[in-house]
Amino acid sequence: MDIFLQQLINGLVLGSVYALVALGYTMVYGILELINFAHGEITMIGAMVALAVIGALTLAAPGAPGVLLLGAGLAVAIPVCVALGLVIERVAYRPLRHAPRLAPLITAIGVSIVLQNVAMMIWGKQYIPFPGILPQGRHEILGATVSDVQVAILVLAVIIMLMLILVVQKTRLGRAMRATAQSRQVASLMGVDVNRVIAATFAIGSALAAVAGVMVSAYYGLAHYYMGFLLGLKAFSAAVLGGIGNLGGAMLGGLLLGLIESFGAGYIGDLTGGFLGSNYQDVFAFFVLIAVLVFRPSGLLGARGAERA
Amino acid sequence: MTKRPPRWLAFSVLALGLAALPFLVDLGMGRSWVRLLDLALLYVILALGLNIVVGYAGLLDLGYVAFYALGAYVYAWLASPQFGLHLPFWAVLPLGAMLAALFGVLLGTPTLRLRGDYLAIVTLGFGEIIRIFMNNLNAPVNITNGPQGINLIDPVRLGAFNLSEPHRLFGLTFTGIHLTYYLFLLFTLLVIFVSMRLEDSRIGRAWVAIREDEIAAAATGINTRNLKLLAFAMGATFGGLAGGLFASFQGFISPESFNLMESIMILCMIVLGGMGHIPGVIFGAVVLTLLPEALRYTGDWQRDLFGHVYIDPADLRMLLFGVALVAVMLYRPAGLLPSTRRRREFADAQG
Repeated sequence: MDIFLQQLINGLVLGSVYALVALGYTMVYGILELINFAHGEITMIGAMVALAVIGALTLAAPGAPGVLLLGAGLAVAIPVCVALGLVIERVAYRPLRHAPRLAPLITAIGVSIVLQNVAMMIWGKQYIPFPGILPQGRHEILGATVSDVQVAILVLAVIIMLMLILVVQKTRLGRAMRATAQSRQVASLMGVDVNRVIAATFAIGSALAAVAGVMVSAYYGLAHYYMGFLLGLKAFSAAVLGGIGNLGGAMLGGLLLGLIESFGAGYIGDLTGGFLGSNYQDVFAFFVLIAVLVFRPSGLLGARGAERA
Repeated sequence: MTKRPPRWLAFSVLALGLAALPFLVDLGMGRSWVRLLDLALLYVILALGLNIVVGYAGLLDLGYVAFYALGAYVYAWLASPQFGLHLPFWAVLPLGAMLAALFGVLLGTPTLRLRGDYLAIVTLGFGEIIRIFMNNLNAPVNITNGPQGINLIDPVRLGAFNLSEPHRLFGLTFTGIHLTYYLFLLFTLLVIFVSMRLEDSRIGRAWVAIREDEIAAAATGINTRNLKLLAFAMGATFGGLAGGLFASFQGFISPESFNLMESIMILCMIVLGGMGHIPGVIFGAVVLTLLPEALRYTGDWQRDLFGHVYIDPADLRMLLFGVALVAVMLYRPAGLLPSTRRRREFADAQG
């Protein structure tokens, strides 16, 4: 029971981070039908910038409270990522909006290679440890251990997701975004500035990515120039699992993927009689993904029968 | 009116050029470039294989490298000390290609209903699953030797003729990499021939119809299920073939060689070159294989320009590679050498 609860908590925390990144993929996809391959790299840049700022501040002002330092790191990382997202959209995607479908995919891959290598040049190839500025408290709940960092990640992620839902459902910008997702042409005829809406989508997605990047590096205690790749891959899988283009789907998919991974890692040995170890946890996640898509080809919450060529 | 040179003349010039190429490259640029030439041919085979799936049938496959891996591992299992088997290459290569084809159908069957990006993510997952299994199948029974990979794979041998040893003929020394070039060239030409024949066949036109509009294709009586499976199987066959050649060429394989980035690179080759267009795909494969190596010279350029190497060329080359990908796509969105059909489609979309 305690193992079960522990895996449940770990899965939920990891899943909420996946969900934040997946939202960035799904929002862009919903509007542009574009896989923004560089999104994972934006997450990485967010983590790296925040770590650099925190590192510099701990040197400049030793003894400052950790939460303040973290806030400062986020306050720099978010605008940097937003700017980056906007530049990428302007340079690599906007000129190709009417190009064959795979062309922007290739520029996205190109941008992601560029970002990885720029990050490698700036921060080096080694793993960067997350400074020990955060409270290290641990709580026992029914035999499972929860750290302060985990609680913070979960609470923050839920708040951000609720805010996002509010923005999309209740504001003028949100309505414009939904209209653009339905039909770019008609939306522009109704007076929506489509370019501005797309830019706003990229900005919001990148801001979420920055927060998620900081969360991941705080959770694992390190950051690396290559961390965005696998994170982006998993988040994209989560978005597809939930039904890409669907905000609720991305959240559900992210949480599910986190849970599948953590339960897979915890129980795969027992399930296969010790034949497969926890190093197969990714296989497990991908198997579930494939199985879900075979039975629900548009994802869990995706529109059924909506055939987009 | 000028008369075009006769076909046979053009062909013999091309054949002579291709035959002399490794020696010219060896003289002009050094031995390591001949090796690259071999690799470029391998990537041409891979790119043409993926081109059948993505370019002709329009099925976005991000796990293509799995078939490459299968071909390579079959070769390694049947011709290395791993299991003590040393079968000849002409028996092993078709086996690897056939197993890859089987897996192509295995992947294709459950994914028939998926479209576009959903298919992309499932194929990507498939590729990762194969790689993770290769990485971990060293316990409890050692099948793949895990992350260390399989070593001492037999080179191609025909009777007493060993392709990896130097041979002298007509006063020229043919080293292993020269001979490998001719072997790979042979297979490349075969794959090009098959691709060309497919392109204008009933099957090829059916694939294009499926790519353009699957529902309309089905309505005109095309068996979309079988043809999509055939596309997967054909593409996988070429991938498996290339994998076997790769294993014999390197003598060593490990799961590291078959990661997602490799699949993405092959996809970049065909999109960059011109999807569905054989000369474009060949061009894209050759350019993208040679470009990262050529960019190694950026260290020398820096020294010439500034008298000092500011950025390690090994770091810089991937950066420039990424920039090149973006730049080419921005200026030639349909690829460097698009087919006339695609160019027209693109012009329509713009208009």
